[in-house]
Amino acid sequence: MAKITMREAISQALWEEMERDPNIFIMGEEVGVWGGTYAVTKGFYDHFGAKRVRDTPIAEAVIVGAAIGAALTGTRPVAELMTINFAFSAMDHIVNEAAKLHYMFGGQFLLPLVIRTVSGGGRQLGATHSQTPDAIFAHFPGLKVVAPGTPEDAKGLLKSSIRSNDPVLYIEHATLYQTRGEVPEGDYTIPIGVSKVQRPGRDVTIVTYSKMLETSMKAAQQLAKEGIEAEIVDLRSLRPLDMGPVLESFKKTNRAVIVEEGWRSFGVGSEVAARLYEEAFDYADAPIQRVAQKEVPLPYNRTLEQMALPQVEDVIAAVKEVL
Amino acid sequence: MEKEEYLDLYYQMVLIRRVEEAAAQLYQQGKIGGFLHLYIGQEAVSTGLISARQPQDRVITAYRDHGVAINCGIPAQKVMAELLGKATGVSKGKGGSMHMADVNKNFWGGHAIVGAHLPLAAGLALGDQYLGNDAITICMFGDGATNIGYFHEALNLSKVWNLPVLWVCENNQYGMGTAVERASAVSEIRQKAEGYCIPNDCVDGMDVLKVRQAAEEAIRFVRQNNGPFFLEIETYRFRGHSMGDPERYRKPEEVKKWEENDPIGIYRNQIINLQIASEEELDLLEKKAEKETAEAVQFAENSPEPPPEALFEHIYADAQ
Repeated sequence: MAKITMREAISQALWEEMERDPNIFIMGEEVGVWGGTYAVTKGFYDHFGAKRVRDTPIAEAVIVGAAIGAALTGTRPVAELMTINFAFSAMDHIVNEAAKLHYMFGGQFLLPLVIRTVSGGGRQLGATHSQTPDAIFAHFPGLKVVAPGTPEDAKGLLKSSIRSNDPVLYIEHATLYQTRGEVPEGDYTIPIGVSKVQRPGRDVTIVTYSKMLETSMKAAQQLAKEGIEAEIVDLRSLRPLDMGPVLESFKKTNRAVIVEEGWRSFGVGSEVAARLYEEAFDYADAPIQRVAQKEVPLPYNRTLEQMALPQVEDVIAAVKEVL
Repeated sequence: MEKEEYLDLYYQMVLIRRVEEAAAQLYQQGKIGGFLHLYIGQEAVSTGLISARQPQDRVITAYRDHGVAINCGIPAQKVMAELLGKATGVSKGKGGSMHMADVNKNFWGGHAIVGAHLPLAAGLALGDQYLGNDAITICMFGDGATNIGYFHEALNLSKVWNLPVLWVCENNQYGMGTAVERASAVSEIRQKAEGYCIPNDCVDGMDVLKVRQAAEEAIRFVRQNNGPFFLEIETYRFRGHSMGDPERYRKPEEVKKWEENDPIGIYRNQIINLQIASEEELDLLEKKAEKETAEAVQFAENSPEPPPEALFEHIYADAQ
C-alpha cells in the first residue's frame, strides 16, 4: 500500500485508464496546456497529446453537450467542469440530456461519460464559487453521482466511473486534494453505489461523505477520548444511494447523525434521515440529527465563511444531542 | 438522379404528409397525448437534405421529428406506434412525438429542448473525428434555436475544432408564434454563421430538388475535412406550431400564400414537366402512401402497450 494524495489518486486513475483504452479522452477548461486548475491533469498534455487532452472554450453547455455526443459514438470522454458552480451553465445537458437519453429512446443510446467536477467551500472564493450543491444532482434518475472522501475510493471510483456505460457526475472536493491515504497497488476498482463503514463504532452512527468524512473522523477521534465510539458510514455515491450499511449500523447504534457540507434543506441529510425513519423507525432511540451548512450564500470573510460551514464541534454537539 | 430516386423523394414527401394528417386526426381523437408538432409544409427540407447523406452520416434534429424519422428510413408504422405510445414504437413508447430515434438508421433523435441538441451534434462530429470515421453529422434546428446560447457555443466549438458537422437551420419564419424579425437581431439567419467564419448558403426549402443540390454540395464540403458548413433552408409550416396553436400571430392570407407554394405540388409539376413520370404514376404513389399510412395506423392501434416492467427498464445501462 502506497500513501498518496487525493490529487495523485485521481490523476493516477485517469492516467492508467487512458493508457488502457485509447477511446478515453479528456476535455475541459485548462485541462491541457495549463495542466488543470487543480493540477490533476498536469503532464497529461505532453504525454497524451492535444487530441486526447482537449482544452475547450469557457462554455460549459457545449463541454457537457459535446461530451454526450462523443460518448454516443463509442468514445469515452471524461469532461471536466472546473467547479460544480459552473455546472449550472450545463444543467440542461446534465439533466435533460445525459440523465434522460438512455431511457427516453428505449435503451438505444449508451453514454459512457464522466463529468469530473469540484465541489465545496472553505477557500474564501465567495458565494458563487464555494457551493456544495451535490444533492441537487442526486435528484435525477439516470445520472450517477459519486463523491469520494479518501484517495483509495477516489481512485477506485474514478476507474469504475470511466468504465461505466452510464453518465457519472464525479464530484471532488476543493480542500481534499492534499489529503493523504493508503491506496492499493496496481489496478483496482471500487463499485459505484456501495457505501462503506470507514470507522467502526457502537454508540452512534455518523453518515457522511466527501470532505465531511474528514471532519467526522476528527469528531470521532475526540469523542473516543470521552469513551463515545462513533461508527462512520461513508456514502461514497449519492445515486445510486446504498442504504444497506447505513441501516445496518443504525439498527446497532439506534442513533444517527448525518453530516454534509451542503445546505440542510432538501439535502443529503434530509434524504438519509427520511429513509432511516421509513425503513427503521422502530430502531430509533433519539431524533436523527443533521449537521449541514448554515442557510446563507457563503460569505467571503474567513470567519463568517467558517461559521457557515459545518465544523468538528458541530458534529460533536450533534452526537451528544442524540446520545 | 435516376427516375426511381425522383419518385422515391416524391413518395417520401407524400408519405410524411399523409402520416402527419393521420396523426392530427388521432390527436383530435385523444389517441395521441402530449404535444404534436406537424411537419406539413416542410417536407421538402428533410427529404431533400437526408436524401443526400451517406448511410454512415448521422442525423439529429429537434422536436418536429416525424418527417425526419421517415426520411431516415424508419417505417411509418414504428413512427405511428411511438405516437400512440406503444411498445412497438421506435422508442418503445417511452419517447413520444418529440423523442424518436433509431441508432440503426443513424437517426440520433428527436430532442425537445430548443437548441440543446446542437452541442450534442458537435459531440457526434467530435466522436467521428476522434475515431477517424468517414462520417459527418447533419444537425437540423429551427430559426428559434439560433437565439439561444447553445447555438453559439456549438457553432464556435465546431469551427475551433474543425468538426465534420453540417448545421441546417430550417427557417420556417416563426419560433413558436414569434416571427424571426421580432426575436432575432439578425433576420437573415445565415449571417450568424459568418460570425464564426463558417461558410454558408441559403436555399428555397419549398423546392426539394434545390434542397437536394445544396445539401449535396454542403455535405461534400464537410466530408472533405473542411470543417463545419451552415445551410439555411427557408420554409413554412402550414399548420400551427403544435396542435392547439390559436395562430393569432399570422394572417390566414399569409398561410394561404405559402400553401400555394406547396412543396409536394411544386415537385409534382417538376416531375411532370421534366417528363420523368406521368400523372398516373404519381397518383399510384399517392395511393400507395395512403395505404401505408392506413396500415401504419392499424399497426399502431393493434400494437400492445408497454408492459408494466418497462417503467423501470433502461434507467441505467450497467447491470444494477
